[in-house]
Amino acid sequence: MEALITLVIGVLTACGVYLLLRARTFPVVLGLTFLSYAVNLFLFAMGRLHINQPPVIAAQATGYADPVPQALVLTAIVIGFAMTAFVIVLALKARAELGNDHVDGREVR
Amino acid sequence: MSHLVIAPVLLPLLTSILLLLLRQPSRSRRRALSVVAVVAQLGLALALMAAVSDGRILVYALGHWPAPFGIVLVADRLAAWMLVITALLALFALLYAIRGDDIAGRHFHVLFQFQLVGLNGAFLTGDLFNLFVCFEILLLASYGLLLHGGGRQRTRAGLHFVVVNLVGSTLFLFAVGTLYGALGTLNMADLALKVAAVPPETAPLTRAAGLLLFGVFALKAALLPFYLWLPAAYAHTSAAVAALFAIMTKVGAYGILRVYPLIFGASAGSAADLIEPWLLPLALATIAVGMLGAIASTHLRQQAAYLVVASAGSLLTAFGLNSVAGIAAGLYYLPHATFATAALFLLADAIARQRGESGDRLDPGPAIASPRLLGGLFFITAVAVAGLPPLAGFLGKLLMLRAALDHPLLPWIMGVVLAGSLLGLIALARTGSLLFYRTLPDTDVPEASPARAGDMVPLIGLLLLGLGLTLGAGPAFDQARAIANQILQPSSYIQAVLNPRGTP
Repeated sequence: MEALITLVIGVLTACGVYLLLRARTFPVVLGLTFLSYAVNLFLFAMGRLHINQPPVIAAQATGYADPVPQALVLTAIVIGFAMTAFVIVLALKARAELGNDHVDGREVR
Repeated sequence: MSHLVIAPVLLPLLTSILLLLLRQPSRSRRRALSVVAVVAQLGLALALMAAVSDGRILVYALGHWPAPFGIVLVADRLAAWMLVITALLALFALLYAIRGDDIAGRHFHVLFQFQLVGLNGAFLTGDLFNLFVCFEILLLASYGLLLHGGGRQRTRAGLHFVVVNLVGSTLFLFAVGTLYGALGTLNMADLALKVAAVPPETAPLTRAAGLLLFGVFALKAALLPFYLWLPAAYAHTSAAVAALFAIMTKVGAYGILRVYPLIFGASAGSAADLIEPWLLPLALATIAVGMLGAIASTHLRQQAAYLVVASAGSLLTAFGLNSVAGIAAGLYYLPHATFATAALFLLADAIARQRGESGDRLDPGPAIASPRLLGGLFFITAVAVAGLPPLAGFLGKLLMLRAALDHPLLPWIMGVVLAGSLLGLIALARTGSLLFYRTLPDTDVPEASPARAGDMVPLIGLLLLGLGLTLGAGPAFDQARAIANQILQPSSYIQAVLNPRGTP
């Protein structure tokens, strides 16, 4: 499971970076989304991967799943969601005002 | 537990919510509410400064959860110093904005107050993840303020600013996640203890996370490889917003000053003095690039933005000396640099309004309607920004160079700081002569009204603050030295946060 989640985070990050370096706003927004997915998974995995463990320590529990990264991820998801919404609106505004969707606002010849 | 610590965060938050909820408030009422809130915030910041002036560190545990399990707000001398600077700057930026910049959109004052929530929260928090949240609050508000009023140039610069900062936020999360995964805590005081006792197998991971975090702060502080977002963004937003943004690069510098001496300081074991080999060379290179940019600028506001980059470089040079004298010099220079560059942005706007089509472009244009007033103000502002005697910029740089006297990189520091000041002086002198002397005789701008001294009150206020910093240099530098002493002795901070009742 560790290898799989490492691979997933790596692939998401690589896709995010690749798309972020594109010259059009839509791929850039997608790239930012991929990066935020990657970082959310990364934060989640930082509490270590556990199966069937309680989040709160009880007398008969043999271990526990760390609840802090889950709280951090929740916050990061909310913030990332707001930022994505904002950057999409901004990209649309730039498309309308600059007449094209190039990140520098000029048409490539 | 004093509730004063959280008040600088709550006040702008409640004000902005009130501004949102008020149904159709008149423009004057909205402005009055906003100004009153900022004045009250200045009062709170001064009260907090008085409360920590004896070296106490006030800790506010949210929900009464003790650190490191809960989130704490920590007010020490550094936090109070930054809060006072922010409140003063915000007051004058707001006074300039209510002269007309705030009517371009409906929510200027809401965003302005939210920006202050984020700034004050970032200065007060004692938790790394909470620092991220505060950064996001201030960035989201700054995106709104930057784009306020719209326009092609502003949208394009805003797009770059937003995307770059979103990537920065993602990196911040990666760094925070790695630190949590390696050390199991995000409370800064607890992190300091954990980093000092890190086992060898996780030490490289900790160092990598620390350097990644440095990259994020360098992005916010506009340090050399990451400064490219700044000039376009600052040059194209409205003047009051650009003036407020003068504090934004200082937030990055604050982050460096808060995190590195505390967590990765001299007693951090294998990660001791983590960024020391990087900070000083990068800061010096930033000064050079900023001043060259100021020389090459084609517009006054672009020049002001490059001078912001250079001032961030000077500030981080002082912090990079990593000594009490160096950090104290930087902390004395910080308010001066903030107020002086903010004044330059306001003045650039006032000048551009009088030059019609030419705007703030640096080439011969129509004569300015009130050359004495604006020229005189430009002269004083330029003296302040370039760091010439007798104003505080000169004292700050002098203290900085004196602190560097026994540093191994002394020739480089001397050379770059002095040559940079000279370049800044040349750039500003050229700008002044272009704007005020080389006017085209047969063009006039009919619609330009002469600037009234009353309109210049916020600008003059900022310059007077700089003058106050010069006249009160003794007490101000004593305060800065006390802050630096407190920063470089992190044990009292750790003790106050983790063991608030003083029991062993």
